[in-house]
Amino acid sequence: MSTTLRSPIIRVHLFARYADLLGVDHVDLPIDGLATAGDVVSRVQGLPGGRDIGIGSLVAVNLRQVPLHTPVVAGDEVALLPPLAGG
Amino acid sequence: MGFLSHDALNPEGLMAEVSAPERGGTVTFVGLVRNHHGGRQVRSLTYSAYEPMAESVCAEILAEAESRWPVRIALRHRLGALEIGEVAVAIAVAGDHRDEAFEACRYLIEELKRRVPIWKRETYADGSEAWVDPTQPGTATRESGIEEPSR
Repeated sequence: MSTTLRSPIIRVHLFARYADLLGVDHVDLPIDGLATAGDVVSRVQGLPGGRDIGIGSLVAVNLRQVPLHTPVVAGDEVALLPPLAGG
Repeated sequence: MGFLSHDALNPEGLMAEVSAPERGGTVTFVGLVRNHHGGRQVRSLTYSAYEPMAESVCAEILAEAESRWPVRIALRHRLGALEIGEVAVAIAVAGDHRDEAFEACRYLIEELKRRVPIWKRETYADGSEAWVDPTQPGTATRESGIEEPSR
């Protein structure tokens, strides 16, 4: 059995430069030790290629941009957004 | 829904969506792909987005503008590969008078650039490519990165 079936996770979507840095467009993180959006950012920064994710990054939870202290729970869809460049 | 488009944009069609006999003040903003950025010659670019959030934020910004000014609005942003001169973003605003149309249009493009999760990868004349980061010095966009929502 996959551990993801027994261990609640948070799916983190990565975009643009961040997806290039980590080489994937999402990662599934076990919820253990993750209380806030900021915790999720820190965890992703610790992954291979994640060191350069940081200044200027925005965080969205369930499609809304949120402050880093926002609580997260298992099943939330988190996204790390590099500096926006639309328009 | 439907603010993002992988197909060519049609600003005239957008204006037709919001025009009405009583709306005598209309403003259209059309953003085109520029052939230079930060002193480099741009050959083409590709837009990508966090599509569900981008659609949601566009709807939110449009609703904000329509509640603040007595106007009707149509807005589209292009995704995918674009050549120089192609329409990247188009906003059509129609009000009874020009003041509200100008103000709403300016609000829409500024909030779009600040809040909608869209990214741009440029290809330069020498064949190199880079993600555009408006928070880096020397780039053309004046908005700086923010770590917390400002509202």
